[in-house]
Order: sequence, then structure tokens, then C-alpha cells
Amino acid sequence: MLHIVNKSHHQTGSLASCLRMALPGHAVLLIEDGVYAATAGSPLEARLREDGSQVRYYALKPDMDARGMASRALDGVTLVDYGGFVDLVAEHSVSNSWL
Amino acid sequence: MKKFMFVNRKAPYGTIYALESLEVVLITATLDQDVSLVFMDDGVYELVKGQQTKDIGIKNFSPSYRALEGYDVEKLYVDQASLAQRGLSEADLLVPVEVLDTAQMADLMAQQDVVLSF
Repeated sequence: MLHIVNKSHHQTGSLASCLRMALPGHAVLLIEDGVYAATAGSPLEARLREDGSQVRYYALKPDMDARGMASRALDGVTLVDYGGFVDLVAEHSVSNSWL
Repeated sequence: MKKFMFVNRKAPYGTIYALESLEVVLITATLDQDVSLVFMDDGVYELVKGQQTKDIGIKNFSPSYRALEGYDVEKLYVDQASLAQRGLSEADLLVPVEVLDTAQMADLMAQQDVVLSF
């Protein structure tokens, strides 16, 4: 399953709930204001240490760039372009867009 | 037949999400699909008993959850942690539900063909 989060983790609990439901083999893609969670100090930082490589994390680079966050991306979060976004959707049979 | 899961995460009257979800659930049910509803985060407030909306001028759609059974929508799941965080228990809800812990809910979600979040 591909989980997509588009809201800041400071604004809503979407990321927290998504992380509770993400299982090994799943991918989490951060887009729009969701990309702030790909930077230091977010709940993702601790999570990356815990799960190792069981869940893969991605952030949409154009959204990181737009917000001046690209240079602050956490190690363990893979930055993808729009083509990469399409590839992720195609690779997973189910996408879950957390609103 | 595909397994459709509707994940309800918003309180009922502040935004239109809860009502819109209910509408889509009913449409999906008429298409003879396997429909599950999940209530988590503020979505658990959608099922609280005793909603009285007369004075806010919005239709109280909470009785509709009790009518879902008539559309063969009988799989209602509630996230235990979300209930607990809000001081609610199963007895506070207006329909029979199955309360699941995080691991059970994650497994159920992973079994779906389609997941729609509201």
C-alpha cells in the first residue's frame, strides 16, 4: 500500500495515524505541506530509526524545493519528482490518500 | 467484488467530509461491493449517541449509520486508541461496531482493494 500525506504534521494528525497503519512493505509519500515531516525534528525522524527499511519513505522534491526544505531532508527519505510519484502509484496496488 | 474501505477521520458538522463519505458509502453499497467503514481520529465523533442539530440548522445525519444495515453495510470498525483519547467507549456509540486495536486495524486496512479517506 502507498500512503500519501499532504498536510503538515503540526496542523493535523494525518501523519501520526498514517504511521500507525503503515506496515512492513508499505510506502509513505509526503507531498504538499506533508513534506515538512521529511525534515529534522518531525515524528518521522524517530520512526526512521525504529523501522529501518521495513517501510519506505518518500517526499515530493518539487514541494520540498518550493518550501525551501530540500536541503533539510532527513536521511532515509527518498526525494522523488512527478515521474517518481507516478511510478510509486503504479508499483502499489492500493493508494491511501490521508486527508 | 472488490473490498472497499472508507476511512472516516473528521468530526461530523464542522466540515462536509463525514456526510460526503456517507453518501459515497451508500452509492458503493448499491454497486454490490464489499464495504467496510472505519472510524478513527475525530471520525469516532460521527457515531456518538444523542446528536441534536436543530439549533445549528444542519440535518442530523447520524441516524443514517443505523440504516446502513439495510444496505448490507454491516462492517463498522472503530479505532480503540481514538475512542480512548476522546474519553469515549463503545457504549457511547449509536450503532454496533467492532473495536480494533492498532495492529488489527492496520491488518484490515492492508487487506483492501480500495481505500478512500475522508
